[in-house]
Order: sequence, then C-alpha cells, then structure tokens
Amino acid sequence: MQLYVPILVLAVLAAGFAVFSVSIAPFTGPKRWNRAKLDAYECGIEPTPQPVGGGRFPLKYMITAMLFIVFDIEIIFLYPWAVAFDKLGLFGLVEMVLFIVTVLVAYAYVWRRRGLDWD
Amino acid sequence: MEAAEIASITQHSGGAIGAAWLMIALPLVGAAVLLLGGRRTDKFGHLLGVLMAVASFVVAALAFVQLLGFAPGERRRGVSLFEFIPGLVDKVGLLVDPLSISFCLLITGVGSLIHVYSIGYMAHDPNRRRFFAYLNLFVAAMLLLVLADNYLALFVGWEGVGLASYLLIGFWQHKPSAATAAKKAFIVNRVGDVGLLIAMFTIFATFHSLTFSGVLDRAGDASQGTLTAIGLLLLVGACGKSAQLPLQSWLLDAMEGPTPVSALIHAATMVTAGVYLIVRSGPIFEGTGTAQLVVTIVGVATLLAGAIIGTAKDDIKKALAGSTMSQIGYMVLAAGVGPAGYAFAIAHLITHGFFKADMFLGAGSVMHAMNDEVDMRKYGGLRKVMPITFATFLVGYLAIIGFPLLSGYFTKDGIIETAMEHSAVLGWLAVLGAGITGFYMSRLVFMTFFGKKRWDAKAHPHESPAVMTVPLLLLSIGSIALGAYLILGNRFMIFLSPAVGAPEHLPEFHPFSAPGLATLALVAIGAAFAWLRYGAAEVPATAPRGSFLTTFARRDLYGDALNEALFMRPGQWLTRLAVFFDNRGVDGLVNGLAASIGGSSGRLRRVQTGFVRSYALSIFVGAAVLVGAWFVVGNL
Amino acid sequence: MNGTIPAPTIEYGMLAPMLVVFGAAIVGVLVEAFAPRYLRSAIHLPITLLSLLISFVLIVWQWVEGVPTKAAAMGAIAVDGPAMFIWGTILVLAFVSVLLIKDEGHFVGAAAAVPGSAEEEQALYEGAAHTEVYPLVLFAVGGMMLFPAANDLLIAFVGLEVMSLPLYLLCGLARRRRLLSQEAAMKYFLLGAFSSAFFLYGTAMIYGYANSLDLAEIGASLGVVGGQDMLLYIGGAMIGVGLLFKIGAAPFQAWKPDVYQGAPTPITALMASGTLIAAFGALLRVFWVALGGLDWNWRPVFYGVAILTMLGGAIFAITQTDIKRMLAYSSIAHGGFLLIGVIATGSAPAQNTSALSGILFYLVAYGFTTVGAFAVVTMVRDAGGEAWHLSRWAGLGKRSPLLAGVFAFFLLAFAGIPLTSGFFGKYAVFQAAVTGGALPLVIVGAVASAVAAFFYVRVIVLMFFSDPAADGPSVVLPSRGTAAVVGLAALATVVLGVFPQPVLDLAHSAAQSLFVR
Repeated sequence: MQLYVPILVLAVLAAGFAVFSVSIAPFTGPKRWNRAKLDAYECGIEPTPQPVGGGRFPLKYMITAMLFIVFDIEIIFLYPWAVAFDKLGLFGLVEMVLFIVTVLVAYAYVWRRRGLDWD
Repeated sequence: MEAAEIASITQHSGGAIGAAWLMIALPLVGAAVLLLGGRRTDKFGHLLGVLMAVASFVVAALAFVQLLGFAPGERRRGVSLFEFIPGLVDKVGLLVDPLSISFCLLITGVGSLIHVYSIGYMAHDPNRRRFFAYLNLFVAAMLLLVLADNYLALFVGWEGVGLASYLLIGFWQHKPSAATAAKKAFIVNRVGDVGLLIAMFTIFATFHSLTFSGVLDRAGDASQGTLTAIGLLLLVGACGKSAQLPLQSWLLDAMEGPTPVSALIHAATMVTAGVYLIVRSGPIFEGTGTAQLVVTIVGVATLLAGAIIGTAKDDIKKALAGSTMSQIGYMVLAAGVGPAGYAFAIAHLITHGFFKADMFLGAGSVMHAMNDEVDMRKYGGLRKVMPITFATFLVGYLAIIGFPLLSGYFTKDGIIETAMEHSAVLGWLAVLGAGITGFYMSRLVFMTFFGKKRWDAKAHPHESPAVMTVPLLLLSIGSIALGAYLILGNRFMIFLSPAVGAPEHLPEFHPFSAPGLATLALVAIGAAFAWLRYGAAEVPATAPRGSFLTTFARRDLYGDALNEALFMRPGQWLTRLAVFFDNRGVDGLVNGLAASIGGSSGRLRRVQTGFVRSYALSIFVGAAVLVGAWFVVGNL
Repeated sequence: MNGTIPAPTIEYGMLAPMLVVFGAAIVGVLVEAFAPRYLRSAIHLPITLLSLLISFVLIVWQWVEGVPTKAAAMGAIAVDGPAMFIWGTILVLAFVSVLLIKDEGHFVGAAAAVPGSAEEEQALYEGAAHTEVYPLVLFAVGGMMLFPAANDLLIAFVGLEVMSLPLYLLCGLARRRRLLSQEAAMKYFLLGAFSSAFFLYGTAMIYGYANSLDLAEIGASLGVVGGQDMLLYIGGAMIGVGLLFKIGAAPFQAWKPDVYQGAPTPITALMASGTLIAAFGALLRVFWVALGGLDWNWRPVFYGVAILTMLGGAIFAITQTDIKRMLAYSSIAHGGFLLIGVIATGSAPAQNTSALSGILFYLVAYGFTTVGAFAVVTMVRDAGGEAWHLSRWAGLGKRSPLLAGVFAFFLLAFAGIPLTSGFFGKYAVFQAAVTGGALPLVIVGAVASAVAAFFYVRVIVLMFFSDPAADGPSVVLPSRGTAAVVGLAALATVVLGVFPQPVLDLAHSAAQSLFVR
C-alpha cells in the first residue's frame, strides 16, 4: 500500500486542480457571452440543427481522416512484421498478405465511391 | 370401516378410459374449427359446438361406467399420452379416478346443457360462432385441468380456463365495462397464478417431481414448514380462480359476460377449480394444520362476505354472483377440514353446479324476456308470464337455501355438520351464513317473480323458447334429486374414497341434529323477513339510500376500494414515479448538479444539446455502484 | 535474437462458420465497390443468405462430427457446445432478420443528407439505396459469433467492437423519422463506446492481476495470486459493466429504449435477438470460466442487478406509449429474467448444466418471439411510416384479426403464458434458480412477470376491445419474406411451447460439456 501513496496523492492533487479551475472560472472570469462562444467547437462545421434543406455535410475531411486511419493501422502492423519477417516465416507472410488484402478492400470501396476525388 | 388410504394408480389404455383424451380433444377440435374456419362455419357453428360438448359427455359417461366396473381399490386409472420433459414431468398423462370423473361428468353434462341453451340465448348475436368456439375452448381446458395427472398440465388447463374466461367476459367488446371487467379478471387471476406457479416451483424443489403420484404419495417426507408454504401458495392460486377473499373482486364484474358464461364458468365449473386444487392436493394440506386452518378461515370469511354482498345487490346476476362466492366458501371450508370434508365439498360443488346453473340460466331467461334488464327493481310479478322459468328457478332457489329433501339440503347440511365437528365457531358461522342465504335468495325470488309489475314501458315479457327451457327443466331435476342420491348412505363418500381417502368413521345423516334444526330455523326466519320486506311490501323502483351496512354491502364490502388503496394507488404512484424518473428525474439530477457547479443553469442548458450525457452519467454512477458493491461483498 | 518464432496453429475447420460470414461480408464490400447500383441488392441478397446458410450447415456438420473439447486458435476462441448452440441460434435469427431487411422502404436513400433537405428528396427520387446494409449486417453477425466464443479477453473485445460498430451505423439508417434515427445512432455510439472503454479498462486490470488474458488462466490464477484483490475486484466489475451494458441490464439500460425506437425496425429485431444472445453468451463465458472462482463475490452483485432490471423493465414499460419503446423495456425485463439463470449456477456440474441449458432455451424462445413481434410492427403503417404510437393500434383486432391475433400471441409468449415458448423458457430458468437456492429471486421474477403481464394485456385489450380510429393505420400486405418471418416466428413460438423437448434436449446436450477451459 505504501507504494501507492504517491500515486494517490498525485491523483487527489490533479482532481483537486481540475475541480478548482472549473468551479472558480465562472466566479472570477468576465462574462461576455456571444453566439460563437456558446457554440460547440466542431472543425468549423456548424453543429446541428441545420436549417431544413441546408445541404449536405461536407465529408471531405472525414474521408481523408478515414483513409489516413486505414493506412495508419496498416503501417502499425507492417512495422513489427518487417522487423521480424524472416523469423515469422511463411505463416507470417501469408497472414500479412491476407491483412493487406483486407485493407485494400476498404481502400477499393473508398476509391470506387469517389472518395479520392476532392470535389 | 377403516380410514381409507388413497389407492395407487393402475396404468390403463383400453376402452373409454384409455380414450379419455378424446374428452379434451373433441371440444378442442371444435374450437379450432370454429376459430380457424371463420365466417364459413357461421351456419352450423353452434351445432358443431353442441355436438362436441355432447360427444365429450358421452365419452365421460362411458368412462364412468367402465370405472364402476373395477374394484374400488383399482379405480384410479392412469392414461399416459406422450413423453415429455424428462425429470420435470416424464410423461404427460391423464388420471381418471372417481374425483376427476365426477368433475368430467359435471363439466360436460352441465356444459352440454348450457351449450344447448346458448343456441337460443345467443340466437341474435352476429358472433354466435365465436361464442361457441370459446365455450368449447373452455370445456377442453377445464377437462385438461381436472384430468391432468401432474401439476404442470393442470397449470396449462388452469391458464386455459383463465384465457377462455377472459375472452368470454369481454365477449361483448363494444361495452367498455365488459373490457374493463375482462382485464380485471385477468389481472386478479394472474396474482393467483403467480401463487400457483411458485407453489409448483417449491413442489419441484422439494419432491423433484410434478406428477401427482410423485408428489402426493411422498407428501409425508417433506418438513412441516415446506408443506405449509406449499399449501398456502396453492391456496393463493385457489383464491384467485375461485374468487375467495381477498382475490374475490373480479367475480362480480365478470357478470358483464353473456349469461350462459356466468352460468357455466362463473358459477358451475371454473370457479370451483380452486376447490378441486385443494382436494386434489389433499395430502399436502393434511400434513400441515396451519394451512388447513387458513383454508377454513378463508372459506368461512368468504361465505359470509358473499352472502352479505348478495343481500344488497339489485342486479340479479350480481346477487347470484355474491351467492356463488358464498357457496364456494362453503366448499373451501369443507375442503379445509380434511378427508371428512372432501366428499361434502365435492358433492356440494356438484349439486351447486346444477342449481346455480339452473338459476343463472333462469335469470338469463328473465333478462331475455325483459330486454336485457338486470335491475330486479324493474321486475316483479313475472311468475305468471314465465311459468316454466319460474318453476325451475323456484326449484333452484329451494335447493340453495337448503329446503328439506332437495339437493342443497343434504350437501350443505353435510358441510355444516362436518365443520361443527371440526370447530364449533366455524360451524355456527356457517349456520349463520345459511340464514343469510335464506334471506337474500328469498329477496331475489320475491323481487323478481312476486309482487306488482314494475316493468319498463317497453318490456313485453314472454316465456323463452324450448331450446332454453328444456335445459332448465333438466337442470332442475338434478337440483331436486342429486343431493339425496349422493349423500344418503354415504354413497358419494365411498365412491370418492379411493381418490381422496375417507375419514375413520363414516358420518351418519342426522336429519334432526341441533345444527340442522338451527339452520332450518334461521333460513325460515331469513325467508320470512324477506317476505315482509320484498314480498308483502311495496318494492321501491329506485334503491333507497339504506343504512351504513347496506352501503357497505352494495360496495362489495369495499373490496374494490381496498384493492384500489392497496394495489392500484401504489401502482399508479409507481408508474407516475417511473414517468417522472424517465422524463425528468435523471435529467433533472444532471441539470441540478450542473447548475450548482456552474452557478448558472440557464446558460449551461443552452450548450447542453442532448440527453445522452445523462445516460452516460447514469452508466457511470451505475458502474461506481457496481464496483462499490463488489468491494463490499468482497470484504465481507 | 535468431531462430524462428513458431507459427501458431489455427484450426480453420472449427472456425469455418465464422470465416464464411466474414468472408461473405468482405465480398459484399467489393460488390459495393464494383457492381453497378441497380444490380447490387440482387447480388447481395443471395450472398448474404447463402453465407448464413452455409455457416449454419457447417455448424450442424461439426455438431454431428463431434463437439470439440479444446479451444481453437491457440486457446483464443472456444468452439464448444454452448458456443455452437449460440452460433446456430444467431445464424437462424440473422437469416430471418435479413428476410425483413430485404423489404424495401425500411432504409434511407442517402443517410448523409440532412433530414428533410432537397438532397434527401433527390436521393429518394433517384432511388438511391444504402445496400451497404447487407455487408454491415454480416460483419455484425460475425462479431456476434466471435463475441460469445472468445476465450480471451482481448478477442472478446475485438468481437464486441466488430459486433457493435456496424450496428451503430445501421441504427442511423431508418427511412422515416430521420432525426430520431440519427439521434439513436449517435446515442448508441457514444454510450457503446463509453461501455467498451469500461470493458477494456477492466481487461487491463485483470491482466494486471492474472498476468494473462486467457479466460482459463485467469480462472486458474484466482486464489493463487495474493494481495492484488483491488485489481481483481475493479477489473471484474468493469468487465461486468461492459457486458451488462450490452444486455441492457439496469442501471445500464438507458440506451435501449431510445435506440430500439430510432433504429430501422428490422435492425431492431436483429439487435433485440442477436445482440442479446451474443452478449449473454459472452457474459456466461467470462463469468463462469474466468471468474467462476469468484462467484461468492459477483453473485450478490448480480442478484441486485437482476432485481433492478426485472422490476425496472417491467415498471417502466407500463408507462410507454410507443410500441417499440415498450418492446425495448420488455427486452430489458427479459434480460433480467435471464440474469436469474446466470445466478442459478452452483458448485455441482449438474446444476450448472441445467441453468445453462435453461438460459440457452430461453434465448432461442425469446429470440424468435421478439423477431416476430418486430416483424409485425413493420407491417402496421400510417401515412408517415410505421404506426408506433400505441393509440394507433386501437381496434387493430377488428381490422385485421389475424395479424392482431398473432401479435397478441407473441405478447402472451412474452408474458410467459403456458403453451407458448415463453412459458418453458421462464420455467426452465426459474426452475434452475429454485434448485440453485435463489427462491427469493424467482419470487421477484414471478412478481415482475405478473407486472409485465399487465402491459402486454393492455396492448391486447387495446387491439381487441377498443374502437378503431377512423383514420387508423393500414396493415400493409407484407412481402413474402415478412410473411414468412411472422409465420416462422409464430410457428416457433407454438412448437417450442407445445413440444419443447427436442430443443430442450439440444440445449441440454450443448450445455452438457459446459464451457471448455
């Protein structure tokens, strides 16, 4: 138990600080509310509700982000495999090919759905 | 004669007993054909319904004759049908023994007569076919209930009759009161069913079986406490189905159903299922004095309550319903006494089945003639217009008040004598009940058939057609003679003894015992009092305000008010709380918390867009509680 | 640092049923990518149904060949009796749900369009359709299969996510009441992610305690490792939170009504049957195999949760005016009844077997009935889509007696009336619980089911004893698929209620071996 005491103290300090700063702000800070301040921050996109017939959500950034994730995950697995591919032998190679094919399926879907066209 | 033991069951597969399943199957097929066949079967639907009921009666009669051919010790015949759930109920089978066959004859016999009567009564109803389908369904379920050789199949029948009853009470769907009554019956019965279900669980946990042979033969192995628990739970089930206190409230409302239904289900057969359950489970009750005591108390309380309710009702069917409650109270009382009472309970059940069905159908005949008027204050002097109905009703009336030598005289007297031997208090209360019965039944008869005409201008009463009066005549024959036949010489008790056992000393019939004479005297006083109030004197067309006591009885002894206070109000309160909690509680809590921290709930609410965070909060709090509970338990 | 790392052995044969489903899902994505729009659903439907069928046949074949007694893939995935029974059940129910899904008109044309916008109308006009529904369903079904079979907490987490992520998307695809549907998807996603975090956190804690993620090894480490009880308790409770969330047990039930209400009804049917079954499978496996030695600790906690869930579900359901919300609360209550079975375990193997087989039977019975009930909900339509408000159901019994009768029958099965499957389900579970000494819990259960009977009957009374509204909803003539679903569900409810023995036997023999360790 002795071992945990510093961690506990740290946790209490951190929590105390968080609570303190959140609760003190409304009392001490200036209060000048405007519309922009009341809005939630979402990548510059107007949060709901949108006016009826207000158009589609611009999804460009999201698709880019998703493509990034697809390849990001691929790389995460490729690195350790590349380091030890000779020791993993044929099994490792086959599994990696299977994995890449699976990721490519997702890539093909994005590509065919015109996810790579900017406009 | 020594105390008769319950005979063991002999397996059987031949003859009418082997075909006992036909009794259930025939009406079931009838119901299926009528329900699935739709409008195509409208033309002959009622005839098919009657045919199935009669055929079932024929099978029952044949099985009865075959049963009589065996030596008394071999009159319990098991008929196995098919393999079922091993361990729980190995084989589903039927048990044809003196007890079940008595019920079968009553159900199919009275049932057939009521089917015939319904042809006339429901002649103008566009949904007559559906009515007969439900009646057939009821007969099938009721037969399953009494023929089953295990609690599980009994329960299936039990729920089946509940369903049929529910459908038939609400048969006239266009009446909101009928729908409400149907719902009430269903809910109250569910309370009873929960009792029965838990009783079954407990039985299985104790005996590892649900068959009668597996449970009742070994009832002595279980501890006193377990038996008491099982017995009381069974009693809860019986109270629900048989409208005993405190689950009686649905029966009076159930009179919203068509009158043949009231006669068949809510007087003659279904409501007696509780008595059957208690008698069938006799060995369990015999092992526990506490449960038996409670049974007798419930019986006496109900027999008095029902009688008191009967005195104040102006609705002819509700008065009869109060009387049904009261008479079933007698049966339950006798069933609680033990082997000495079983035969009287069942004998009274059978004779009551006849005379009460007789009177209900008579009441139906009167209503039929009076444009469905049920208020007795608008009857009067009907004896001249409807001679056959009057005569048959009179027989039923004399039977129920225990007029000497008629059916009810023998069976009710038997119950009173047995109760008196068991406990003087119970006995004298039962005598008192008989006196009140004399009063309220006489009141009913005088208000309906005697005195001046108080009819509506539009009423043109007439005698009912033969299809309705013939069943009345047949039923009244049973009401006259059956009691003497069953009771004199202990014929029925000896017949029944292989199934339920018998007392060490067979009782003798004393026509001039003190309780018997007291009963007769009280009944005579009650009837005379009724004559003074309702026969000789003018009956006001609207009910007078009456004393506190009258109001008490008119309101069903505040049974509904009690239910409302005990169950409905807390239920409504709970649901309201649930709504509150659902809509506002959780969110309010979150908002409140947020407000107290931020100091400005208004502003914060503006940025709070959805409720999902309150859900998340509840999950978080729940998780915290779970972890906490885990710790608490872990460190105990 | 030289030498080779030994390749793991993977029993492809045992995993084949799952691989078929996942493979078909990937093929489905390729179909989406390359097939022309007008052909897509014509290609998807046979692929989806066929893969589910093949998978089922493979399971049957393996069952006949002999149930494996050792976990596959180096102990990561246990293909044992209960798992195969659950797989089979999920596949059949998924097959049935796909028949509902294939009906046009449940799904939105363009989910990304703002509800009510010109783009949405344009998409509807062009006949756009999200045929991605099929591969998404297959992925979800694959996850549902992986989740209860996972013999390793990490694999269980992967299964949980593979099951949940497609469902989050599917929830947002309802054609009508777009805002409600999107709200449901969003809520389900946020809360699901929240609960997954709990699960993962608990997994980490348990790993800290047992130094292993393998369920059997965790089970073996109980009582051996000393002085780390804190990790074990917090970890066990957190994993419990994650699993109880998926079941919808109180106090983690808040998402269920909103999500069930907003999701397209066929998807609700899939969730109410498949997800519940998978989650119960996983719950049983984790708490028996890994934490079985800790039962004196979690059983009282589950005791409370079960009571809260049963009563909460039943009481909240009474006030509902929306048919789908009511069914959601009913599903919560049923989750509570099933939890009774989880608690009914004991030290004797026979007791465990009877409790497990009771739960398995209950799951089959409930799954069929609930799919049937939601199928009926899809058929009662107003001008604006399905008629959800209960008042719109008034007098349905007079307009279309057959449909109302079938629905009433399903409701009676939910209430556990004899001669319906629900009765034997409840009976099997309650029975096991009584034998296991949980009589008080059974009494609460019986009371809750009596309360529940009230609102089921209320709907029946409404349908049969109320006057129909003049502009009441119409009953659309269903496609053959929907009709088949309703018929099949009704048949299953009857057959399981009258001749439960074959399925009880099957559940019993599945439960006989208990979970492999």
